[in-house]
Amino acid sequence: MANLKELSKTIPERLSGGHRLCAGCGASIIVRQVLMGTKDPVVVAAATGCLEVATTIYPYTAWEVPFIHSAFENVAATISGVETAYRSLKKQGKVTKEIKFIAFGGDGGTYDIGLQSLSGALERGHKFVYVCYDNGAYMNTGVQRSGSTPRGASTTTAPYGEKSYGKSQRRKDLTAIVAAHRIPYVAQCSISHWNDLITKSEKAFQADGPAFLNIMAVCHRGWGIPQQDAVDISKLAVDSCFWPLYEIVNGKLKINYKPKNKLPVMEWAKRQARFNHLAKEEYASLVAEFQADIDADWGRLLKREALDQSGTVELPKEKAE
Amino acid sequence: MEKVKLVPFSGNQSAAYAMKQIEPDVVAAYPITPQTEIVMGFSQYVADGKVKTEMIPVESEHSAMSACIGASAGGARTMTATSSQGLALMWEMLYIAASTRLPIVMPVVNRALSGPINIHCDHSDTMGTRDSGWLQIYCENAQEVYESMILAVRIAEHPDIQLPVMVCQDGFITSHAVEGVQLFDDKTVKDFIGEYKPRFSLLDIEHPVTVGPLDLQDYYFEHKMQQSDAMKRTLSIIPDIFSEFEKKFGKKHNFVEGYKLEDAEVAICALSSTAGTARGVVDKLRKDGHKVGLLKPRFFRPFPKDAILKSLSKIKALAVLDRSESFSAGGGPLFTEVEAAFYNEKSNPLIADYIYGLGGRDIFEADIENVFRQLIDIAKSGKVKEKIQFIGVRE
Repeated sequence: MANLKELSKTIPERLSGGHRLCAGCGASIIVRQVLMGTKDPVVVAAATGCLEVATTIYPYTAWEVPFIHSAFENVAATISGVETAYRSLKKQGKVTKEIKFIAFGGDGGTYDIGLQSLSGALERGHKFVYVCYDNGAYMNTGVQRSGSTPRGASTTTAPYGEKSYGKSQRRKDLTAIVAAHRIPYVAQCSISHWNDLITKSEKAFQADGPAFLNIMAVCHRGWGIPQQDAVDISKLAVDSCFWPLYEIVNGKLKINYKPKNKLPVMEWAKRQARFNHLAKEEYASLVAEFQADIDADWGRLLKREALDQSGTVELPKEKAE
Repeated sequence: MEKVKLVPFSGNQSAAYAMKQIEPDVVAAYPITPQTEIVMGFSQYVADGKVKTEMIPVESEHSAMSACIGASAGGARTMTATSSQGLALMWEMLYIAASTRLPIVMPVVNRALSGPINIHCDHSDTMGTRDSGWLQIYCENAQEVYESMILAVRIAEHPDIQLPVMVCQDGFITSHAVEGVQLFDDKTVKDFIGEYKPRFSLLDIEHPVTVGPLDLQDYYFEHKMQQSDAMKRTLSIIPDIFSEFEKKFGKKHNFVEGYKLEDAEVAICALSSTAGTARGVVDKLRKDGHKVGLLKPRFFRPFPKDAILKSLSKIKALAVLDRSESFSAGGGPLFTEVEAAFYNEKSNPLIADYIYGLGGRDIFEADIENVFRQLIDIAKSGKVKEKIQFIGVRE
């Protein structure tokens, strides 16, 4: 378990203040919490997006560690190149230190345009940690829908209108897609549960192969929330099971937090302007479906955990000849 | 240096063997016809433990170039190889590799671009990337491929250049045809290329650098000017590397290669394997008493304007052979640049463009002889009847 006081003393500051991310942005909180997961030197890569543009406006950089950005859809491929250079040069004795590699991408750069490059890097087994800071839309270009945008949310390319309730499709389950690559460590985290997040980061950095953290990143601009509510609203996402906290270690799923009082998803959604229209009577059935989808997902997660943790499922026995 | 060996190698094998001797730290590559043999051949060298290289068998050429960028920024000597659609898929990353000043070397086996899909040779793929900031060397045969690969490493990594280099050869014509190739010994190659010592590396954790920052109105232009200056500098730096190469291996290289141009009145300018075909035609017509010659640009980027002008200063009529069409409605890419080179210059030959060989259509000696005969008429009459023609194509 992480001890914040100790961590703040022993872990050097890797992302300095003075960057140009918004106050109350989830991304910078995520970066600082994730990087508390290792004391080893790190090399950071980022996909094009808010985090990249706001931390590296030439001639300034907020990064106190080596950092690379090349394009939008390829951060996993880019970091796999750096990690391979490391393995090659280490083998030749030209680099001696233990270095950790980490890639940050938003949901646009991970769920959508970067999915292929992520899949390739995971399948190849590079030793790196991929962090998706998932704010559920293309925020950097002005809140366009992504594969992560929840159904019913209004975005600028799937806006609420007279004949539209916003995005009409469900978000994809990226964490499950990543887990299907059979990598050693996959987890979902939230900044509201910092101890869980840092502990998972530690596990991710220690994994013998690729590790993936899907971390919900509030965006006050895109979600329509007060800046100071970032952590509260993140907590509601977890307590409503919109964003369950779980990990899959070597294929076995474990839920790390089960809310004692599971809240209705609208307790989370109603705090955000992107869901304002859902309060209208005409969308009552949509809200019911929203809730039903989350309940079903949560139910499946509980079953999967029971299965993975007990290991008591009986498989049909092969007949002896 | 040990006595040179002569081995039967295709262009692809030559490229793969040069890579084995160069022994890069990282190779990230993806298969595509007609380049695949390079990746296959090199993968076998890795599998057999003949090289220390770490391979990244990426899932696309976009990721190949992205991984090369990461590896090169990590201080590794880095290579890949591609053709056609693969190069097209890399397009975005080619610009980033060049502007990040990463000395990546990439053999490109020229193949027509889709659509329609076609696997055979033309130069539309690399010509499409001519503004990406990469140097481009065009090779006539497997021997040139082999030597250019070794040269390319030195050129790319020169501290005052720091730009990526493509080494182009004609798909199937060169890549799959087996010729006798003279190989140099490993030690001499390694001595010539030396150890790669990057100025900056992401793995130098004591000196953190930010690679690929956001660069807006107040700096982007300066960085582009530096990139432009670096490309200009290649014209004065590369001749020294040619001299060193000649001293080491006894082989001459230049920005352009002329053939019987000294007293020629008409000449053909052609890239890569077609230059070999044209050389035979020059010999044949010379026997008949015609003063014909050939110019083979070895580099298209940087564009060796001065060398071209110098070689063609006495030519009355010039035909440029373009193995790609740029759809400018004004001729192929080699033609437009060669023609522009003569503007405001003392010598001013009559120039015509001949677009040929798209999608691997063969070009025969008879086609080239016909071009020379047209040139002789042009020189006599002082008129170019048709500025741009397609040759070897059905009407």
